[in-house]
Amino acid sequence: MSIFLLFQIEVLDSALRLATPLLLACLAGLFSERAGIFDIGLEGKILMSAFVSAAIASVTGDVWLGMLAGICASLVLSLIHGVASITFRGDQLISGVAINFLAAGLSVVIAQSWFREGGRTPQLSGDARFSGIDLPFANTLADTPLIGPVYHGLISGHTILVYVALLTVPLSWWILFRTRFGLRLRAVGENPASVDTAGISVVGLRFAAVMICGILCGLAGAQMATAEPAAGFVKDMTAGRGFIALAALIFAKWRPWHALYACLLFGYLQAIALRPDLIEAALGFSVQTQLLDVLPYILTVVILAGFGGKAIPPRAGGEPYVKER
Amino acid sequence: MDSAMPKWADVFLIPMISLLLAAVFSAIVIYAIGESPIEALKLMVVGAVGSTYGWGYTLYYATNFMFTGLAVAVAFHARLFNIGGEGQAMLGGLGVALACLYIPWSHWAFALIGSATAGAVFGAAWAAIPAFLQAKRGSHIVITTIMFNFIAAALLNFLLIGALKLKGAMEPATGKFPEPTHLPSFQDMFSYGDTVLFRGAPANISFFVALLACVFVWALIWRTRLGYELRAYGHSPTAAKYAGINPTKIIMVTMLISGALAGMMAVNNVQGEAERLVLNAVEGAGFIGIAVALMGRSHPFGVLLAALLFGFLYQGGAELALWTKIPREMIVVIQALVIQFTGALDDMVRTPVTKIFVALRRPPSGQEG
Repeated sequence: MSIFLLFQIEVLDSALRLATPLLLACLAGLFSERAGIFDIGLEGKILMSAFVSAAIASVTGDVWLGMLAGICASLVLSLIHGVASITFRGDQLISGVAINFLAAGLSVVIAQSWFREGGRTPQLSGDARFSGIDLPFANTLADTPLIGPVYHGLISGHTILVYVALLTVPLSWWILFRTRFGLRLRAVGENPASVDTAGISVVGLRFAAVMICGILCGLAGAQMATAEPAAGFVKDMTAGRGFIALAALIFAKWRPWHALYACLLFGYLQAIALRPDLIEAALGFSVQTQLLDVLPYILTVVILAGFGGKAIPPRAGGEPYVKER
Repeated sequence: MDSAMPKWADVFLIPMISLLLAAVFSAIVIYAIGESPIEALKLMVVGAVGSTYGWGYTLYYATNFMFTGLAVAVAFHARLFNIGGEGQAMLGGLGVALACLYIPWSHWAFALIGSATAGAVFGAAWAAIPAFLQAKRGSHIVITTIMFNFIAAALLNFLLIGALKLKGAMEPATGKFPEPTHLPSFQDMFSYGDTVLFRGAPANISFFVALLACVFVWALIWRTRLGYELRAYGHSPTAAKYAGINPTKIIMVTMLISGALAGMMAVNNVQGEAERLVLNAVEGAGFIGIAVALMGRSHPFGVLLAALLFGFLYQGGAELALWTKIPREMIVVIQALVIQFTGALDDMVRTPVTKIFVALRRPPSGQEG
């Protein structure tokens, strides 16, 4: 009986894998919400991209084409969200709800029409899916104590999108906090009138943010459908991950590096929920998997309740910008 | 700007145009997957309203959607977006199940009152925490109610494979409720002599409870002091506060009523139809409440009509899945389009319609100057 069982390389490895779509979606939400556009449609965009990338990868046999198609599908939904909430100044939350349903419905309707397998795509194999990449020297270092297992077992061997997601964290930080575009993007989420006064297009900036959000959600969906051990799309396969990403975003208080930590934590919770045997061996009693499943949501409510520092969203979030007033 | 358009255009014409747009896009989707939209519509009409059996299902679904639609509508009046109807209805189901299983009722009428109360209390309790956090801590109610939907699902899952599961059964469900809690179905109520109407359909007396709920909400919103305060708060929280209306009280009371309405849905689906509590008993009705409230313009009568429409879509969609290659999920697409067009894209329809009315009203040049 040892608590270290819960932190063995195998569990951490799957935590990193499970955290990846969360991280991509969380950063997607970060860009959108920092620009003042709430997005509860992350779930829908991931789901649509997961379906389209799996479907195109399955038809063409090329996972890269699949990924591109998935990103395009996610961008289309982003565009709808942008048109509804920026151009027509509609309610961003309602538009997000609609996008989630649109994706949940359309993905199954089209999947059934194309593949006739009960709303799923065929299993992907070979070039139609992403496989793990062995980083340089991973195999030679495998037997070195300490460094070997960590480098070989945990860091190496993931699919390309895992590394892309990890690199997106510093990139997002740099874009948001070290570039002129990032400064303007954050300003448009805090005080759009001042950005407008400076002669910069509020609409343009917000659309740019929503589109970045679409690209990242597209990557999250592609990772989910084409890189997990059983590659392919099944009905409702996101199963609330988009909302966990949203929870992680609040947990991280809309900051990129904290988003990484929050997603790793939530990914880890998912990873140990898959191993009830380990929990029992480590703690000496069993923990209900339902509890582990909802822990991200409970933690988010606790954070929202103001325990552990207040989570304050961007000030102009959720409000359409009206120029004339 | 509002006065440019007559009231009938606002409450009738605009929702109809939005609905038409949603219908056109749905037809395109059906056409794109190689089916005929016209045939599909015919099949839906026959399946949903072509027999008392079809009506029995349509009205059963409509009953669910009336409760959840009213729940969302009441919250909308105070400008609160209760997206947690799903979770509140799940907890309502728990309340109804406990009331039916553990209280020895002598007659269905008492059981109905008891279980409706239990469902309402459980639903309200589940809405109370997000409401409190919104009122006191300023946490966004949309986010907290979403989180509470997931927590509710996990809680029910936990109870149904644990404490509440029927001993010896494999399925995660409670045992069947005792006979005295059986609510009269439309078949029991309307069949006469040898004529059996609504045979085997799940519509039951809860439909009339839902109609009463519509009347109750109408009276509450437009005929009571609380309703006035609630609407005032919805129009302008700062003005309402200045007028001496307590925001904490309004948020709490509105969300408690909203949660109670969502929770009462369980009388229909748990006690009336399944007669036991199963996993996923709500089947997304909590979310359809959003579409229903938006389409019904948050007015109880509008909610009633929209709930009937969605009841029709649900039963018709089930028939489509049975007889054509159009899967049931097509309803979810239609639902999404209705929410998007009547909710978020309202301005897209409203602005041109307003312009037309302004143009019509302007006297022709040269007459009055």
